Amino acid sequence: MSAVPMRTLQAEDRATVLQVDDLHTVIRTPRGPVRAVDGVSLTLRRGETLGLVGESGSGKSVLGRSIMGLYRSGSTMSVTGRVLFEGRDVQAMQAAELRALWGSGIGMVFQDPLTALNPVKRIGRHLTETLRRHQTISVRQARVRAIELLGLVGIPDPRRRVEQYPHELSGGMRQRVVIAMALANDPALVIADEPTTALDVTVQRQILDLLDDLRTELGLAILLISHNLGVVAGRAERVAVMYGGRIVETAAAGDVFAAPAHPYTGALLAAIPRLADPAHRRLRAIDGTPPDLVSPPVGCRFAPRCPAAQDDCRTAQPVLTDLATEARAGGSGDGVLNAHRAACLHPNLGAEPRPSDQGVR
Amino acid sequence: MTWRRGARILGELVAVLALVSFGTFALVSMMDVDPAVSVLGEGHTEAEYDEVRHDLGLDQPLLTRYVSWLGDAVTGDLGTSVVPPYSDVADRIADALPVSVELALLGMGMALLLAIPAALWSANRPGGRVDRAISAMTVGVLSLPSFMLGLIVIMVLANQLGWFPRAQWARIGDEGVYQNLYHAFLPALTIALAEAAMFTRVLRNDLITTLQEDFVLSARAKGMTPRQVLVGDALRPSSLSLVTLMGISMGRLIGSTVVVEYLFGLPGMGSLTVSAAQTGDFVMVQGAVLVIAAIYVLTNAAIDVSYGYLDPRIRRAR
Repeated sequence: MSAVPMRTLQAEDRATVLQVDDLHTVIRTPRGPVRAVDGVSLTLRRGETLGLVGESGSGKSVLGRSIMGLYRSGSTMSVTGRVLFEGRDVQAMQAAELRALWGSGIGMVFQDPLTALNPVKRIGRHLTETLRRHQTISVRQARVRAIELLGLVGIPDPRRRVEQYPHELSGGMRQRVVIAMALANDPALVIADEPTTALDVTVQRQILDLLDDLRTELGLAILLISHNLGVVAGRAERVAVMYGGRIVETAAAGDVFAAPAHPYTGALLAAIPRLADPAHRRLRAIDGTPPDLVSPPVGCRFAPRCPAAQDDCRTAQPVLTDLATEARAGGSGDGVLNAHRAACLHPNLGAEPRPSDQGVR
Repeated sequence: MTWRRGARILGELVAVLALVSFGTFALVSMMDVDPAVSVLGEGHTEAEYDEVRHDLGLDQPLLTRYVSWLGDAVTGDLGTSVVPPYSDVADRIADALPVSVELALLGMGMALLLAIPAALWSANRPGGRVDRAISAMTVGVLSLPSFMLGLIVIMVLANQLGWFPRAQWARIGDEGVYQNLYHAFLPALTIALAEAAMFTRVLRNDLITTLQEDFVLSARAKGMTPRQVLVGDALRPSSLSLVTLMGISMGRLIGSTVVVEYLFGLPGMGSLTVSAAQTGDFVMVQGAVLVIAAIYVLTNAAIDVSYGYLDPRIRRAR
């Protein structure tokens, strides 16, 4: 579990695992179609963590589930655009192909470990059933492997744990089991949807460290979905900030934190409480509410809440564009993928984040 | 832990039986059928009447009679029928009870065989064609009174198709297991249909709720097939209401399948109790009610224990 630095991985190891092109997920509701994901593109390479950040309702979980193919076109929603997992189009797969992919090529870690495990099934069974679903191995071999997996995710005394029921384990231990389930069949991609939101802070850290260790050890690609920039900081190589169903800013993690270009990113950063702040200071929040995705604002979706919004913001829809590298303070410039891009007509190109934006209290 | 639960169940049993038996005792004594008249028939003298009342103990206060009856009942002596042919109550019950228990168990088993697949199929696509068809069928069956249901079953399977005998009971001891089951099939089916309709509805609704749970999504995300998820993940956590309902049904079926017993001419507990009540055979009624109540309590104790099997979290809470 040594912390191999990311950059030492060879170029051929960094094959593209996931390529999402112009993905739209529209959910039909009685109020009208909800454009939960509205033209998202992203790329994820082997051994890389992409942090997907946004507030509740920004469409990040829908995006995760659309990538998996858990959400697909049908009577209740329509999914268009391409999701290529190792070159295969997930959205074009038959149901049986998808099931062969889930739990084997793609593993999923859910938000709440207290509800993600079946209360009437022993821990061992949760693992052996996915092992036996995707591999032709005996019950005994599956059990041995289940115990190994529990050991891998740092559960002490795995031999005893396989016999226990979920309620006999703590929340953190249960999330480790969920991770072990996702990893059971050596997936290339793990989608971790708010993996630590339901856990207390010390356990959060352990789980994030575990995911990070497993990434370097197994060469996983991880899509780390969180509403919390702090969770993503230090674990993700790249960050994509999502707002109103769109990606509004993407860059190497360091760039996002050092020089957020989109006012929304700046506001999110400013909303993180800091120990250095004076005591009893009011927590900063972003004014207004997230856009109604049934009838989103015409121009930039953040414009109604944006302190820097100008007239053109309310009419023209900004697209994700590269920021001129020379204007950047410390652009890492690691190829096209790590380019700093923002969907903003008036990006903040100053090197300093603006924690004192007026829109932020 | 186990012996404590055993003691608790036993305590419950004693308390319920005491209440039920006293209630029946009191109720029977309020019946406007005078047992002494039943015994004597028409045309008797005042002296004969008083003598019979004394023999039956009816001149004693209620409580005294109750206590002496209870003392006998504890030793297994439920008394002697007060109307001809004056048979031993315990013997009559021993004859009738197996019929009722077998009918109830068979009916219950058949109901589950029908209800579980139907509910799973329904819940697989709520609101879909299969769900709506099954739902319409359950409503149809539930809205039919059991004698209608029985008549339909007889008309189709016995009269039209001639697959099964229409009436009579074949005792296992006399005619063997095969004949017994062959004769029990139709009445059991009649019972099963109504129960199955109810079971299907309850289980379907619980399944649909369970299928919304995160662990179902996480099972799907492991690549488990819809069938594996339904049967392997959703069924057991969804079956608590069903099991509760089964417990209630079981107790009810033992004592009150009168209609079905009459339709098919079966010598079960229902007909025994009803005819005893009609003839003023209060000793028989008391004995039968006591036995039915005991079975009811024991069944529900068994159901209680099964919750722990169905949901391990309950096991620890006790």
